[in-house]
Amino acid sequence: MKQLRYDTVVIGGGAAGMSAAAELKAKGYSAIIIEREEELGGILMQCIHNGFGLIEFNEELSGPEFAQRVQEKVSALDIPALCGATVLDLRQEGDSHVVYCVSKASGVVRVEARAVILAMGCRERNRGNIRIPGSRPSGVFTAGLAQRLVNIEGYIPGKDVVIIGSGDIGLIMARRLTWTGCKVHAVVEILPYPSGLTRNIVQCLNDFGIPLYLSHLTTEIYGQDRVEGVEVTPIENGALMFDKSFKIPCDTVLLSVGLVPENELSKNAGVEINPATNGPWVDSTLMTSVPGIFACGNVLHVHDLVDFVAEESRRAGSFAADWLSGKRPRKELRIKTGPNVRYVNPARVDPERENKLYMRSMVVKNGAILEVKVDGRVVKNVKKPHVQPSEMLTLSLGPQDFAQAGMDAQVEISIV
Amino acid sequence: MGCHLSIERLSEHDIAVTGNRCARGEQYAREELLSPKRVVTATCKVGPSSIAAAAKPIAAASAADLSRPRRVPLRTREAFPRERIPDLLKLIYGLELRLPVRRGQVAVADALGTGIDVIVTRTM
Repeated sequence: MKQLRYDTVVIGGGAAGMSAAAELKAKGYSAIIIEREEELGGILMQCIHNGFGLIEFNEELSGPEFAQRVQEKVSALDIPALCGATVLDLRQEGDSHVVYCVSKASGVVRVEARAVILAMGCRERNRGNIRIPGSRPSGVFTAGLAQRLVNIEGYIPGKDVVIIGSGDIGLIMARRLTWTGCKVHAVVEILPYPSGLTRNIVQCLNDFGIPLYLSHLTTEIYGQDRVEGVEVTPIENGALMFDKSFKIPCDTVLLSVGLVPENELSKNAGVEINPATNGPWVDSTLMTSVPGIFACGNVLHVHDLVDFVAEESRRAGSFAADWLSGKRPRKELRIKTGPNVRYVNPARVDPERENKLYMRSMVVKNGAILEVKVDGRVVKNVKKPHVQPSEMLTLSLGPQDFAQAGMDAQVEISIV
Repeated sequence: MGCHLSIERLSEHDIAVTGNRCARGEQYAREELLSPKRVVTATCKVGPSSIAAAAKPIAAASAADLSRPRRVPLRTREAFPRERIPDLLKLIYGLELRLPVRRGQVAVADALGTGIDVIVTRTM
């Protein structure tokens, strides 16, 4: 068995893993990236649409362009990557973390490191997760799988398509399939508001006159060998109105019904999971409940912009470098999520430095205010002209905000 | 993300924009309402050296054929007039690029006489 030893092992070679590894190497620590696919880049490689990089590169790039730019940084820093390798286990052996992975080229490889960065990304929720009744014909795909088929493999999954869920990948696929010559008949969303970005509603649905059914549930999928149609039922005041159900004939159904951080490995390693994000609980330095294991990107919580993933992952890399050098925060304050806030990540702050926080609203609201309280006293108010659950919010809190915070002060963030 | 803009229609060819926090907002609103443009992204065929492999039925293709790149991702260098997108797609789908290609390489110069280039977005 091949044995390797580095300061850090980064699991996952997408935007998150590459960004974290580059930061670690730039701070003088060795890192190796383990990637399942044959090439670095992660999910960006199949996201051939544009809209990436406005914050990171001040340009609108496609997914592969963004990925390859980050990858060039990784190459310039001479960071090794083990591609085509699947991680089987992450465990502690003595004082080190050990990753076992297997690849066609190298067989089983044992990598020992003092620190680990989890950057495995997320997975799509599928038909089983949302329990759509009906038969089980072929022609039901998750949107991301269809995206891979069309953009990488060069196959078209069907001709007449209904998309369930208004997540960004579904909206992007509505445009991609229309541009590929398919007819997209409808997007069906259970919630009263779309769960994708506004720009995607405009450019992927409105441009093509694709109807978006809000507050509608798909109550049946028809078809024996192949999908023949779906039954859609409106929801009024929380009740399904079966007398108003209608059928949309189609041969293909795409599901864009949310993403779940991919934490099977993390759980096996004893990392505690936050039920609000489905990602690990992390401290103010993005370190999980297992000392030396850090998490960033979509494995920590699902982001809507890769620019935020890259930013967060650089921070994780930098915090891991601090940890390797023996630096620890002297004091941490816990953040409580107040009214209308689904979660705040990380859920702890170090009152002695600047803290960048990402959070999600639970409500759609115009003229909202992000309110930060320390021990019940308002220390910061940030005006947000518009908040909605699908658009992540950012906030910075620094020493000036915690000037009068005691040892066990409680920080509460709410949207009012 | 971004700003929420308010638009007042002054005439058929003019609008007033408020709510923007930078000049890009006003320019975007004008374009979006008066002559919408989109960055077009699509893929084209890989050819002609690997065309024999691509033409074989899937069952007969070897594992190496399956892992060979099948599509090259492309985009317009800048936003492209929306009403001409169907013609542009026809042009892109008729294209075959021989590997290797470099990111940023021009695949179609001055597409349909618009002055806008179509470029490769992945080195492969």
